[in-house]
Amino acid sequence: MPKAFSVTVNGAQVDATEDMTALAAILLSGTTTLRRSVSGEQRGALCGMGVCFECRVTINGEHHCRSCQIRCAQEMDIRTDE
Amino acid sequence: MNNSRRSFDVLVVGAGPAGIAAACCAAQAGVRVGIVDNNARPGGQIWRGETQDSNVADAADWLRKLASSRAEILAPMEVFAQPEAGRLTATSSDGVCELGYKKLILCTGARERFLPFPGWTLPNVMGAGGLQAVVKSGMDIAGKKVILAGSGPLLLAVGAHLRAHGADVRTIAEQAPWSRLIRFGMALASRGRKISQALQLKKRLSRIAFRAGCWVVAAEGDGKVESVTLRTVHKTWREPCDYLACGFHLVPNTELASLLGCELRGGFVRTDEFQQSSVSGIYCAGEPTGIGGLELSIAEGQIAGFAAAGQRERAQEYFGEQKSQRRFSMALERAFMLRDELRPLASAETIVCRCEDVKFGRLREQSSWRAAKLQTRCGMGPCQGRICGPAVEFLFGWKAESARPPIFPVAVESLAATACAE
Repeated sequence: MPKAFSVTVNGAQVDATEDMTALAAILLSGTTTLRRSVSGEQRGALCGMGVCFECRVTINGEHHCRSCQIRCAQEMDIRTDE
Repeated sequence: MNNSRRSFDVLVVGAGPAGIAAACCAAQAGVRVGIVDNNARPGGQIWRGETQDSNVADAADWLRKLASSRAEILAPMEVFAQPEAGRLTATSSDGVCELGYKKLILCTGARERFLPFPGWTLPNVMGAGGLQAVVKSGMDIAGKKVILAGSGPLLLAVGAHLRAHGADVRTIAEQAPWSRLIRFGMALASRGRKISQALQLKKRLSRIAFRAGCWVVAAEGDGKVESVTLRTVHKTWREPCDYLACGFHLVPNTELASLLGCELRGGFVRTDEFQQSSVSGIYCAGEPTGIGGLELSIAEGQIAGFAAAGQRERAQEYFGEQKSQRRFSMALERAFMLRDELRPLASAETIVCRCEDVKFGRLREQSSWRAAKLQTRCGMGPCQGRICGPAVEFLFGWKAESARPPIFPVAVESLAATACAE
Protein backbone atom coordinates (compact mmCIF):
# COMPACT_ATOMS: atom_id res chain seq x y z
CA MET A 1 0.00 0.00 0.00
CA PRO A 2 1.31 3.46 -0.81
CA LYS A 3 1.98 5.68 2.20
CA ALA A 4 -0.94 7.96 3.16
CA PHE A 5 -0.48 11.54 4.34
CA SER A 6 -2.08 14.89 3.72
CA VAL A 7 -1.23 17.79 1.47
CA THR A 8 -2.59 21.32 1.54
CA VAL A 9 -4.56 22.75 -1.37
CA ASN A 10 -5.20 26.48 -0.96
CA GLY A 11 -4.94 25.99 2.79
CA ALA A 12 -7.31 23.00 3.02
CA GLN A 13 -6.03 19.55 3.97
CA VAL A 14 -6.51 16.76 1.42
CA ASP A 15 -5.73 13.08 1.97
CA ALA A 16 -3.11 11.90 -0.48
CA THR A 17 -0.67 9.13 -1.25
CA GLU A 18 2.66 9.18 -3.04
CA ASP A 19 0.97 7.51 -6.03
CA MET A 20 -1.22 10.57 -6.53
CA THR A 21 -0.33 13.59 -8.61
CA ALA A 22 -0.71 17.09 -7.25
CA LEU A 23 -3.40 17.59 -9.91
CA ALA A 24 -5.45 14.67 -8.55
CA ALA A 25 -5.21 16.16 -5.05
CA ILE A 26 -6.33 19.57 -6.34
CA LEU A 27 -9.36 18.10 -8.11
CA LEU A 28 -10.20 15.97 -5.04
CA SER A 29 -10.29 19.18 -3.01
CA GLY A 30 -13.09 20.42 -5.27
CA THR A 31 -10.95 23.12 -6.89
CA THR A 32 -11.49 23.35 -10.62
CA THR A 33 -9.67 26.58 -11.56
CA LEU A 34 -5.92 26.01 -11.63
CA ARG A 35 -4.71 29.23 -13.17
CA ARG A 36 -5.72 32.41 -14.99
CA SER A 37 -4.89 32.74 -18.65
CA VAL A 38 -3.07 35.82 -20.01
CA SER A 39 -6.46 37.50 -20.55
CA GLY A 40 -7.80 36.43 -17.15
CA GLU A 41 -9.88 33.37 -18.08
CA GLN A 42 -10.27 30.56 -15.56
CA ARG A 43 -8.46 27.43 -16.73
CA GLY A 44 -8.30 23.82 -15.64
CA ALA A 45 -6.17 20.87 -16.71
CA LEU A 46 -6.44 19.67 -20.30
CA CYS A 47 -3.94 17.04 -21.48
CA GLY A 48 -3.02 15.35 -18.19
CA MET A 49 0.40 14.39 -19.57
CA GLY A 50 2.67 17.40 -19.23
CA VAL A 51 2.22 18.83 -22.71
CA CYS A 52 -0.33 21.68 -22.49
CA PHE A 53 0.91 23.58 -19.41
CA GLU A 54 -2.68 24.45 -18.41
CA CYS A 55 -2.31 22.79 -15.00
CA ARG A 56 0.44 25.11 -13.78
CA VAL A 57 0.18 25.85 -10.05
CA THR A 58 2.43 26.95 -7.20
CA ILE A 59 3.94 24.07 -5.24
CA ASN A 60 5.93 24.78 -2.06
CA GLY A 61 6.37 28.35 -3.26
CA GLU A 62 7.65 27.40 -6.71
CA HIS A 63 5.54 28.90 -9.50
CA HIS A 64 4.59 27.28 -12.83
CA CYS A 65 4.78 23.67 -11.69
CA ARG A 66 2.89 21.26 -13.95
CA SER A 67 0.64 19.65 -11.34
CA CYS A 68 -0.10 16.64 -13.58
CA GLN A 69 3.59 15.65 -13.60
CA ILE A 70 4.35 16.05 -9.90
CA ARG A 71 3.60 13.43 -7.30
CA CYS A 72 2.24 14.33 -3.90
CA ALA A 73 4.67 14.39 -1.01
CA GLN A 74 4.21 14.86 2.69
CA GLU A 75 3.50 18.47 3.74
CA MET A 76 3.25 19.60 0.12
CA ASP A 77 1.69 23.06 -0.13
CA ILE A 78 -0.27 23.56 -3.35
CA ARG A 79 -1.76 26.90 -4.40
CA THR A 80 -3.91 27.42 -7.46
CA ASP A 81 -5.04 30.50 -9.34
CA GLU A 82 -2.08 32.68 -8.24
CA MET B 1 23.16 22.94 -9.72
CA ASN B 2 24.18 19.35 -10.22
CA ASN B 3 25.39 18.76 -13.76
CA SER B 4 25.92 15.06 -14.34
CA ARG B 5 26.99 13.17 -17.45
CA ARG B 6 26.07 9.67 -18.52
CA SER B 7 26.92 7.72 -21.64
CA PHE B 8 25.13 4.85 -23.31
CA ASP B 9 25.57 2.67 -26.36
CA VAL B 10 21.84 2.88 -26.94
CA LEU B 11 19.70 5.63 -25.44
CA VAL B 12 15.92 5.37 -25.65
CA VAL B 13 13.75 8.47 -25.22
CA GLY B 14 10.26 7.62 -24.01
CA ALA B 15 9.26 4.71 -21.77
CA GLY B 16 5.91 3.76 -23.23
CA PRO B 17 5.40 0.37 -24.88
CA ALA B 18 7.69 1.11 -27.87
CA GLY B 19 10.47 2.47 -25.68
CA ILE B 20 10.22 -0.36 -23.15
CA ALA B 21 10.36 -2.96 -25.94
CA ALA B 22 13.30 -1.17 -27.55
CA ALA B 23 15.24 -0.88 -24.29
CA CYS B 24 14.61 -4.54 -23.35
CA CYS B 25 15.76 -5.83 -26.75
CA ALA B 26 18.84 -3.62 -26.89
CA ALA B 27 19.78 -4.63 -23.34
CA GLN B 28 19.26 -8.30 -24.24
CA ALA B 29 21.81 -7.80 -27.00
CA GLY B 30 24.33 -6.94 -24.30
CA VAL B 31 24.98 -3.23 -24.89
CA ARG B 32 24.76 -0.41 -22.33
CA VAL B 33 21.22 0.98 -22.46
CA GLY B 34 19.52 3.99 -20.88
CA ILE B 35 15.82 4.84 -21.09
CA VAL B 36 14.55 8.35 -20.28
CA ASP B 37 10.99 9.41 -19.51
CA ASN B 38 9.41 12.60 -18.25
CA ASN B 39 7.07 10.62 -16.01
CA ALA B 40 8.22 9.18 -12.73
CA ARG B 41 7.55 5.60 -13.80
CA PRO B 42 7.79 3.69 -17.07
CA GLY B 43 4.60 2.71 -18.92
CA GLY B 44 3.79 5.76 -21.00
CA GLN B 45 0.21 6.96 -21.23
CA ILE B 46 -1.38 3.63 -22.10
CA TRP B 47 0.25 1.80 -19.18
CA ARG B 48 0.14 4.72 -16.74
CA GLY B 49 -0.36 3.41 -13.23
CA GLU B 50 0.26 -0.22 -14.24
CA THR B 51 2.85 -2.27 -12.37
CA GLN B 52 4.61 -5.60 -12.69
CA ASP B 53 1.64 -7.11 -10.84
CA SER B 54 -0.92 -5.59 -13.16
CA ASN B 55 -3.77 -7.71 -14.48
CA VAL B 56 -3.15 -6.07 -17.87
CA ALA B 57 -0.97 -8.94 -19.11
CA ASP B 58 1.06 -7.01 -21.70
CA ALA B 59 1.85 -4.24 -19.25
CA ALA B 60 2.90 -6.60 -16.47
CA ASP B 61 5.08 -8.67 -18.83
CA TRP B 62 6.93 -5.75 -20.33
CA LEU B 63 7.35 -3.83 -17.08
CA ARG B 64 8.79 -6.99 -15.52
CA LYS B 65 11.12 -7.47 -18.49
CA LEU B 66 12.30 -3.90 -18.22
CA ALA B 67 12.87 -4.12 -14.45
CA SER B 68 14.91 -7.31 -14.81
CA SER B 69 16.86 -6.01 -17.80
CA ARG B 70 20.17 -4.19 -17.45
CA ALA B 71 18.67 -1.02 -18.97
CA GLU B 72 19.05 1.98 -16.71
CA ILE B 73 15.79 3.89 -16.15
CA LEU B 74 16.27 7.66 -16.05
CA ALA B 75 13.00 9.19 -14.78
CA PRO B 76 11.54 11.69 -14.36
CA MET B 77 13.79 13.45 -16.81
CA GLU B 78 12.88 15.66 -19.76
CA VAL B 79 15.10 16.00 -22.83
CA PHE B 80 15.18 19.58 -24.10
CA ALA B 81 18.13 20.01 -26.47
CA GLN B 82 21.02 18.41 -28.35
CA PRO B 83 24.08 20.67 -28.05
CA GLU B 84 25.98 18.41 -30.48
CA ALA B 85 25.47 15.09 -32.25
CA GLY B 86 25.64 12.22 -29.76
CA ARG B 87 24.79 14.32 -26.72
CA LEU B 88 21.38 15.32 -25.36
CA THR B 89 20.63 17.60 -22.44
CA ALA B 90 17.77 16.91 -20.07
CA THR B 91 16.34 18.35 -16.87
CA SER B 92 15.61 16.32 -13.77
CA SER B 93 14.97 17.19 -10.14
CA ASP B 94 18.75 17.25 -9.66
CA GLY B 95 19.26 19.84 -12.37
CA VAL B 96 20.65 19.38 -15.85
CA CYS B 97 21.92 16.02 -17.03
CA GLU B 98 23.92 15.27 -20.15
CA LEU B 99 23.16 12.04 -21.93
CA GLY B 100 25.74 10.76 -24.40
CA TYR B 101 24.72 8.11 -26.91
CA LYS B 102 26.09 6.10 -29.82
CA LYS B 103 22.63 5.11 -31.08
CA LEU B 104 19.40 6.85 -30.19
CA ILE B 105 15.85 5.46 -30.31
CA LEU B 106 13.03 8.00 -30.22
CA CYS B 107 9.82 6.61 -28.75
CA THR B 108 8.16 9.88 -27.88
CA GLY B 109 4.58 8.70 -28.36
CA ALA B 110 1.56 10.77 -29.27
CA ARG B 111 -0.76 13.32 -27.74
CA GLU B 112 -4.45 14.01 -28.28
CA ARG B 113 -5.59 16.34 -31.02
CA PHE B 114 -7.80 19.11 -29.67
CA LEU B 115 -10.10 21.21 -31.83
CA PRO B 116 -11.41 24.56 -30.67
CA PHE B 117 -15.16 25.10 -30.16
CA PRO B 118 -16.97 27.66 -28.01
CA GLY B 119 -16.42 26.76 -24.35
CA TRP B 120 -13.52 24.35 -24.86
CA THR B 121 -11.32 26.40 -22.52
CA LEU B 122 -13.71 26.00 -19.54
CA PRO B 123 -12.35 24.09 -16.55
CA ASN B 124 -13.43 20.41 -16.55
CA VAL B 125 -13.30 20.24 -20.34
CA MET B 126 -10.36 17.89 -20.67
CA GLY B 127 -8.76 15.51 -23.08
CA ALA B 128 -10.24 12.01 -23.04
CA GLY B 129 -6.81 10.56 -22.35
CA GLY B 130 -6.25 13.56 -20.08
CA LEU B 131 -9.20 12.73 -17.83
CA GLN B 132 -8.20 9.07 -17.82
CA ALA B 133 -4.66 9.99 -16.78
CA VAL B 134 -5.97 12.08 -13.88
CA VAL B 135 -8.24 9.25 -12.73
CA LYS B 136 -5.30 6.83 -12.96
CA SER B 137 -3.35 9.31 -10.84
CA GLY B 138 -5.82 9.25 -7.98
CA MET B 139 -8.78 11.50 -8.80
CA ASP B 140 -12.21 10.18 -7.79
CA ILE B 141 -14.63 10.16 -10.74
CA ALA B 142 -17.35 8.08 -9.04
CA GLY B 143 -20.83 9.45 -9.65
CA LYS B 144 -19.65 12.22 -11.96
CA LYS B 145 -21.54 12.77 -15.19
CA VAL B 146 -19.10 12.45 -18.07
CA ILE B 147 -19.62 13.04 -21.78
CA LEU B 148 -16.96 11.81 -24.19
CA ALA B 149 -16.71 13.45 -27.58
CA GLY B 150 -14.24 13.47 -30.43
CA SER B 151 -12.85 10.63 -32.45
CA GLY B 152 -10.84 7.44 -32.31
CA PRO B 153 -10.70 4.17 -30.39
CA LEU B 154 -9.36 5.97 -27.32
CA LEU B 155 -12.85 7.36 -26.59
CA LEU B 156 -14.20 3.85 -26.06
CA ALA B 157 -11.25 2.71 -23.99
CA VAL B 158 -11.55 5.79 -21.78
CA GLY B 159 -15.32 5.39 -21.50
CA ALA B 160 -14.88 1.82 -20.26
CA HIS B 161 -12.13 2.83 -17.84
CA LEU B 162 -14.08 5.75 -16.35
CA ARG B 163 -17.17 3.62 -15.98
CA ALA B 164 -15.18 0.94 -14.18
CA HIS B 165 -14.22 3.70 -11.73
CA GLY B 166 -17.85 4.57 -11.12
CA ALA B 167 -18.33 7.46 -13.54
CA ASP B 168 -21.80 8.06 -14.97
CA VAL B 169 -20.75 8.03 -18.62
CA ARG B 170 -23.73 9.59 -20.40
CA THR B 171 -22.79 9.67 -24.06
CA ILE B 172 -19.88 8.80 -26.30
CA ALA B 173 -20.02 11.03 -29.39
CA GLU B 174 -17.79 9.76 -32.23
CA GLN B 175 -17.57 12.17 -35.14
CA ALA B 176 -16.87 9.45 -37.71
CA PRO B 177 -20.02 8.14 -39.42
CA TRP B 178 -21.26 4.57 -38.96
CA SER B 179 -20.39 3.72 -42.57
CA ARG B 180 -16.68 4.23 -41.88
CA LEU B 181 -16.80 2.53 -38.48
CA ILE B 182 -18.41 -0.55 -40.03
CA ARG B 183 -15.70 -0.74 -42.68
CA PHE B 184 -13.13 -0.41 -39.89
CA GLY B 185 -14.88 -3.19 -37.98
CA MET B 186 -14.61 -5.42 -41.04
CA ALA B 187 -10.89 -4.73 -41.24
CA LEU B 188 -10.61 -5.75 -37.58
CA ALA B 189 -12.49 -8.96 -38.24
CA SER B 190 -9.35 -10.48 -39.76
CA ARG B 191 -7.50 -9.98 -36.46
CA GLY B 192 -8.48 -12.29 -33.63
CA ARG B 193 -6.81 -10.24 -30.94
CA LYS B 194 -8.24 -6.87 -31.95
CA ILE B 195 -11.73 -8.30 -32.33
CA SER B 196 -11.65 -9.90 -28.87
CA GLN B 197 -10.46 -6.59 -27.41
CA ALA B 198 -13.35 -4.85 -29.17
CA LEU B 199 -15.88 -7.37 -27.84
CA GLN B 200 -14.62 -6.97 -24.28
CA LEU B 201 -14.93 -3.21 -24.63
CA LYS B 202 -18.47 -3.54 -25.94
CA LYS B 203 -19.41 -5.55 -22.86
CA ARG B 204 -17.89 -2.97 -20.53
CA LEU B 205 -19.72 -0.18 -22.36
CA SER B 206 -23.18 -1.76 -22.36
CA ARG B 207 -26.07 0.71 -21.98
CA ILE B 208 -23.90 3.78 -22.63
CA ALA B 209 -25.27 5.78 -25.56
CA PHE B 210 -22.69 5.47 -28.31
CA ARG B 211 -23.42 7.84 -31.17
CA ALA B 212 -21.50 7.77 -34.41
CA GLY B 213 -21.69 10.74 -36.74
CA CYS B 214 -22.11 12.96 -33.67
CA TRP B 215 -19.90 15.81 -32.56
CA VAL B 216 -19.60 18.49 -29.91
CA VAL B 217 -20.41 22.04 -31.02
CA ALA B 218 -20.16 23.91 -27.72
CA ALA B 219 -19.59 23.57 -23.99
CA GLU B 220 -21.45 25.83 -21.59
CA GLY B 221 -21.02 26.71 -17.92
CA ASP B 222 -20.19 29.34 -15.36
CA GLY B 223 -16.62 28.86 -14.12
CA LYS B 224 -16.65 25.23 -15.26
CA VAL B 225 -18.46 23.08 -17.80
CA GLU B 226 -22.09 22.34 -16.91
CA SER B 227 -23.51 21.18 -20.23
CA VAL B 228 -22.50 20.24 -23.73
CA THR B 229 -24.21 20.86 -27.04
CA LEU B 230 -24.01 17.88 -29.39
CA ARG B 231 -24.98 17.64 -33.04
CA THR B 232 -25.66 15.08 -35.74
CA VAL B 233 -26.65 15.85 -39.32
CA HIS B 234 -30.27 15.63 -38.15
CA LYS B 235 -30.42 17.49 -34.84
CA THR B 236 -28.70 19.55 -32.17
CA TRP B 237 -29.31 19.10 -28.44
CA ARG B 238 -27.85 19.86 -25.03
CA GLU B 239 -26.82 17.42 -22.28
CA PRO B 240 -25.76 18.21 -18.71
CA CYS B 241 -22.36 16.98 -17.47
CA ASP B 242 -19.66 17.45 -14.83
CA TYR B 243 -16.83 16.68 -17.24
CA LEU B 244 -16.49 16.83 -21.01
CA ALA B 245 -13.64 14.60 -22.13
CA CYS B 246 -12.76 15.18 -25.72
CA GLY B 247 -9.98 14.28 -28.09
CA PHE B 248 -9.94 14.06 -31.85
CA HIS B 249 -7.70 11.04 -32.31
CA LEU B 250 -3.94 11.36 -31.84
CA VAL B 251 -1.06 13.39 -33.22
CA PRO B 252 2.55 12.21 -33.01
CA ASN B 253 5.16 13.86 -30.79
CA THR B 254 7.78 14.62 -33.43
CA GLU B 255 9.41 17.70 -31.87
CA LEU B 256 12.59 15.92 -30.75
CA ALA B 257 12.92 14.01 -34.05
CA SER B 258 12.47 17.26 -35.91
CA LEU B 259 15.06 19.03 -33.73
CA LEU B 260 17.56 16.26 -34.49
CA GLY B 261 17.03 16.68 -38.22
CA CYS B 262 15.02 13.51 -38.89
CA GLU B 263 12.95 13.80 -42.03
CA LEU B 264 9.19 13.84 -41.58
CA ARG B 265 6.71 12.64 -44.18
CA GLY B 266 3.03 13.57 -43.85
CA GLY B 267 3.73 14.68 -40.30
CA PHE B 268 5.34 11.39 -39.23
CA VAL B 269 8.98 10.39 -38.84
CA ARG B 270 10.12 8.53 -41.95
CA THR B 271 12.05 5.33 -41.19
CA ASP B 272 13.43 2.34 -43.07
CA GLU B 273 12.23 -1.16 -42.21
CA PHE B 274 14.77 -1.32 -39.34
CA GLN B 275 13.11 1.81 -37.90
CA GLN B 276 16.15 3.94 -38.68
CA SER B 277 15.31 7.56 -39.49
CA SER B 278 16.90 9.66 -42.23
CA VAL B 279 19.67 10.47 -39.70
CA SER B 280 22.11 7.58 -39.40
CA GLY B 281 22.11 6.07 -35.91
CA ILE B 282 18.81 7.65 -34.87
CA TYR B 283 15.88 5.24 -34.80
CA CYS B 284 12.21 5.92 -34.18
CA ALA B 285 9.46 3.54 -33.04
CA GLY B 286 5.81 3.72 -32.07
CA GLU B 287 3.29 6.49 -32.70
CA PRO B 288 5.75 9.10 -34.13
CA THR B 289 6.16 6.88 -37.21
CA GLY B 290 2.38 6.53 -37.71
CA ILE B 291 -0.54 6.16 -35.28
CA GLY B 292 -0.91 2.40 -35.04
CA GLY B 293 -1.59 1.44 -31.44
CA LEU B 294 -0.02 -0.89 -28.93
CA GLU B 295 0.92 -3.94 -30.99
CA LEU B 296 2.61 -1.95 -33.75
CA SER B 297 4.49 0.12 -31.17
CA ILE B 298 5.84 -3.01 -29.50
CA ALA B 299 6.83 -4.59 -32.83
CA GLU B 300 8.61 -1.43 -33.94
CA GLY B 301 10.27 -1.06 -30.55
CA GLN B 302 11.66 -4.59 -30.73
CA ILE B 303 12.99 -4.00 -34.24
CA ALA B 304 14.59 -0.69 -33.29
CA GLY B 305 16.11 -2.14 -30.11
CA PHE B 306 17.78 -5.09 -31.82
CA ALA B 307 18.80 -3.07 -34.88
CA ALA B 308 20.34 -0.26 -32.80
CA ALA B 309 22.29 -2.88 -30.83
CA GLY B 310 23.64 -4.31 -34.10
CA GLN B 311 21.49 -7.47 -34.20
CA ARG B 312 19.73 -7.02 -37.51
CA GLU B 313 18.79 -10.69 -37.91
CA ARG B 314 16.87 -10.68 -34.64
CA ALA B 315 15.21 -7.41 -35.64
CA GLN B 316 14.02 -9.02 -38.86
CA GLU B 317 12.02 -11.59 -36.91
CA TYR B 318 9.44 -8.86 -36.21
CA PHE B 319 9.05 -7.61 -39.78
CA GLY B 320 5.94 -9.75 -40.34
CA GLU B 321 4.17 -8.29 -37.31
CA GLN B 322 5.28 -4.77 -38.25
CA LYS B 323 3.86 -5.12 -41.75
CA SER B 324 0.58 -6.61 -40.62
CA GLN B 325 0.04 -4.00 -37.90
CA ARG B 326 0.77 -1.18 -40.37
CA ARG B 327 -2.28 -2.24 -42.36
CA PHE B 328 -4.31 -1.73 -39.20
CA SER B 329 -2.71 1.70 -38.84
CA MET B 330 -3.88 2.67 -42.31
CA ALA B 331 -7.40 1.42 -41.58
CA LEU B 332 -7.41 3.55 -38.41
CA GLU B 333 -6.46 6.65 -40.33
CA ARG B 334 -9.22 6.16 -42.91
CA ALA B 335 -11.88 5.38 -40.32
CA PHE B 336 -11.28 8.36 -38.04
CA MET B 337 -10.63 11.08 -40.62
CA LEU B 338 -12.06 14.37 -39.37
CA ARG B 339 -15.30 15.58 -40.95
CA ASP B 340 -15.52 19.03 -42.52
CA GLU B 341 -18.32 20.09 -40.15
CA LEU B 342 -15.71 20.37 -37.38
CA ARG B 343 -13.95 23.30 -39.09
CA PRO B 344 -16.57 26.03 -38.60
CA LEU B 345 -17.18 25.25 -34.90
CA ALA B 346 -14.90 28.01 -33.62
CA SER B 347 -16.43 31.49 -33.70
CA ALA B 348 -14.39 34.69 -34.04
CA GLU B 349 -14.31 34.90 -30.23
CA THR B 350 -13.17 31.30 -29.63
CA ILE B 351 -9.64 30.99 -28.26
CA VAL B 352 -7.45 28.74 -30.40
CA CYS B 353 -4.04 29.22 -28.71
CA ARG B 354 -4.68 28.67 -25.01
CA CYS B 355 -1.22 29.79 -23.90
CA GLU B 356 -1.44 33.23 -25.49
CA ASP B 357 -5.26 33.55 -25.71
CA VAL B 358 -5.27 34.05 -29.48
CA LYS B 359 -8.79 34.05 -30.88
CA PHE B 360 -9.97 32.44 -34.10
CA GLY B 361 -10.97 35.83 -35.50
CA ARG B 362 -7.39 37.12 -35.33
CA LEU B 363 -5.93 33.96 -36.83
CA ARG B 364 -8.34 34.08 -39.74
CA GLU B 365 -6.66 37.32 -40.86
CA GLN B 366 -3.22 35.67 -41.13
CA SER B 367 -1.70 34.01 -44.17
CA SER B 368 0.61 31.39 -42.64
CA TRP B 369 1.77 29.80 -39.40
CA ARG B 370 4.78 32.10 -39.41
CA ALA B 371 2.63 35.20 -39.89
CA ALA B 372 0.31 34.01 -37.15
CA LYS B 373 3.25 33.56 -34.77
CA LEU B 374 4.72 36.97 -35.55
CA GLN B 375 1.45 38.91 -35.52
CA THR B 376 -0.52 37.15 -32.79
CA ARG B 377 1.97 35.06 -30.74
CA CYS B 378 -0.06 31.94 -31.61
CA GLY B 379 2.01 28.89 -30.64
CA MET B 380 4.63 30.97 -28.82
CA GLY B 381 3.60 30.07 -25.26
CA PRO B 382 4.94 27.33 -23.00
CA CYS B 383 3.32 24.45 -24.94
CA GLN B 384 5.18 25.70 -28.02
CA GLY B 385 2.26 25.05 -30.31
CA ARG B 386 1.79 21.41 -29.29
CA ILE B 387 -1.91 22.01 -28.59
CA CYS B 388 -2.87 24.74 -31.08
CA GLY B 389 -0.53 23.54 -33.87
CA PRO B 390 -2.57 20.47 -34.90
CA ALA B 391 -5.80 22.52 -34.58
CA VAL B 392 -4.42 25.30 -36.75
CA GLU B 393 -3.25 22.75 -39.30
CA PHE B 394 -6.77 21.31 -39.49
CA LEU B 395 -8.47 24.73 -39.55
CA PHE B 396 -6.18 26.61 -41.94
CA GLY B 397 -3.87 23.99 -43.46
CA TRP B 398 -0.75 25.71 -42.02
CA LYS B 399 2.07 23.34 -41.14
CA ALA B 400 4.10 24.04 -38.00
CA GLU B 401 7.71 25.04 -38.56
CA SER B 402 10.64 22.89 -37.47
CA ALA B 403 11.35 22.62 -33.76
CA ARG B 404 13.92 24.79 -32.00
CA PRO B 405 15.71 24.21 -28.73
CA PRO B 406 14.75 24.09 -25.95
CA ILE B 407 11.83 21.87 -27.00
CA PHE B 408 10.38 22.21 -23.49
CA PRO B 409 10.51 25.40 -21.41
CA VAL B 410 13.48 25.20 -19.06
CA ALA B 411 14.74 27.47 -16.31
CA VAL B 412 17.38 29.98 -17.36
CA GLU B 413 19.86 28.35 -15.01
CA SER B 414 19.46 25.04 -16.89
CA LEU B 415 20.43 26.70 -20.14
CA ALA B 416 23.31 28.46 -18.41
CA ALA B 417 24.52 25.13 -17.00
CA THR B 418 24.43 23.66 -20.50
CA ALA B 419 26.45 26.54 -21.87
CA CYS B 420 29.05 26.23 -19.08
CA ALA B 421 29.42 22.53 -19.75
CA GLU B 422 30.42 23.11 -23.34
